[in-house]
Amino acid sequence: MATKASRSAARLMMAPAVVLLLGWMLVPLIMTLWFSFRTYLPLRGGDQGWTGFDNYVRFVTSSAFWPAVQTTLIIVVGVLIITVVLGVLLAMLLDQPMWGQGVVRILVIAPFFVMPTVSALVWKNMFMDPVNGLFAHLWRFFGAEPISWLSDAAMPSIIMIVSWQWLPFATLILLTAIQSLDSEQLEAAEMDGAPKLKQFYYIILPHLGRAITIVILIQTIFLLAIFAEIFVTTGGAFGTRTLSYLIFQRVLESQNVGLGSAGGVYAIILANIVAIFLMRIVGKNLDN
Amino acid sequence: MGQIQLKQVTKSFGDVQVIPPLDLTIEDGEFTVFVGPSGCGKSTLLRLIAGLEDITTGHIEIDGTDATALVPAKRGLAMVFQSYALYPHMTVRKNIAFPLRMAKMDQAEIDKRVEGAASVLNLTDYLDRRPGQLSGGQRQRVAIGRAIVREPSAFLFDEPLSNLDAALRVGMRMEISELHKKLDTTMIYVTHDQVEAMTMADKIVVLQAGVIEQVGSPLELYRNPRNIFVAGFIGSPRMNFIEGPEAASHNAHTIGIRPEHIEVSTTAGHWEGTVGVAERLGSDTFIHIHGVPGCDPMTVRAGGDVAVKHGDTVYLTPDATQIHKFDAEGLRIA
Repeated sequence: MATKASRSAARLMMAPAVVLLLGWMLVPLIMTLWFSFRTYLPLRGGDQGWTGFDNYVRFVTSSAFWPAVQTTLIIVVGVLIITVVLGVLLAMLLDQPMWGQGVVRILVIAPFFVMPTVSALVWKNMFMDPVNGLFAHLWRFFGAEPISWLSDAAMPSIIMIVSWQWLPFATLILLTAIQSLDSEQLEAAEMDGAPKLKQFYYIILPHLGRAITIVILIQTIFLLAIFAEIFVTTGGAFGTRTLSYLIFQRVLESQNVGLGSAGGVYAIILANIVAIFLMRIVGKNLDN
Repeated sequence: MGQIQLKQVTKSFGDVQVIPPLDLTIEDGEFTVFVGPSGCGKSTLLRLIAGLEDITTGHIEIDGTDATALVPAKRGLAMVFQSYALYPHMTVRKNIAFPLRMAKMDQAEIDKRVEGAASVLNLTDYLDRRPGQLSGGQRQRVAIGRAIVREPSAFLFDEPLSNLDAALRVGMRMEISELHKKLDTTMIYVTHDQVEAMTMADKIVVLQAGVIEQVGSPLELYRNPRNIFVAGFIGSPRMNFIEGPEAASHNAHTIGIRPEHIEVSTTAGHWEGTVGVAERLGSDTFIHIHGVPGCDPMTVRAGGDVAVKHGDTVYLTPDATQIHKFDAEGLRIA
């Protein structure tokens, strides 16, 4: 196979994909870096030349920066906790033999197929609407005052919506992990006198450790960038402005491309710090 | 103490009864082997005793008290699984200590027992390794260690040696037998390998399709098999069965003669046949002989240096005192 001709043919065949992917990544990255050092106000005089690190300083010192970082982290951590905990429980439930298992599994996975924009709209209008939403009806049925979810409890609402979207993903990965557990191990633990709860803690949970780290890693990367859910529901109001939403506002609402680009570079750095940190944990976990 | 009694025990999976009513007593301190072809219900029977499966009807008594409804942990039995079922994320030390920790024993006593078990099983140097870093035989010993620290009233082994290579299997067989002599605890051992059964057991229980065919000591089973199934299952190579006029001359439907009870001669004998395949083991030669009426091929054990070739004509003479007679139902005729 590895003759000279086949190798150069392989290079030739792969070239378009490599060039496309590189371009796809490098062009926006370099443009972001380029703009982040310039004063660029499209509606107020266009590109006005170099400013050095001005944009970077302004982005960080803005009163909106630290709350946005905090909001981002709260959403990421909140969604991770909910999806992992419920994911483990759901995976164990779905692992039990039951009637209609196949259909139930597909139903559980279904939310993952719904586009973020659509699911956020469905939640906003059908569940959380303070007048017509299902929750409002439920509250009224019990004689309680309906909650205006997206203004009074904006953060929990967003976390709930995003968790609903990502729970299927966590469940799916944890389910396959749980299915690979040797049932003799649980039987051995049972013979050794471990009650169900201890079997879970000493056998099932360690077995799931690797799958849980993978779920956390992948979800974190995607959750750092959630945007549609916030755009559709609160528009960044009521303390739901994340870092990615702040960048969007700087670029499109304030029409300050330079400032937004500097924010984008911060986001890249933050995401990489998290990624390196997580990769090391995963690497350690995958070792044994 | 570790006397186990099964009284009219049955087990059904749905409509299929895998174990018809069965009675069996395993005496304290006995090494009992359940042996039979795969799918004969021997592992199911072990799991019923362990409590990992619920029995459908009947009773199980351990040391004279009814244990039918007890959960596995309360029966005082320890089990060694075919896959060893070690906990992969725990060190050997933690694996062995696990049942003691579950029993909320104090740490000093746990340490003492783990060290004790490790020295009995030659695991002292491996206590801080994980199961993934051990060889098959070592994992097997860890699984046994996890069983012995509990000081159970009986050990249950579910085909523990089937994942080991042949040389290791012989070694572990000895170690388990030694362990039994040392601990003097009841052991129930499930295997499909009649060699393991013969070499280790005080008492062999031969099972077929959930039914006990015969219970007895290894030599009892070898000398006086109750029926054709046991006769064919115990002993290696298996017994030759002869039907037709030859059997009728002994007033039987079938007669059986073991390969080691036939004499081979190149000059004269009772039967005449031609040599097929000769398996030379060095110490012995197993010769498969064709052309003996009512039994084809007939297997014969001869000396290691017997000079026969494929296609030679040989004469065979059975030892008349070692002929087993069976009736049309396959039962032994005295």
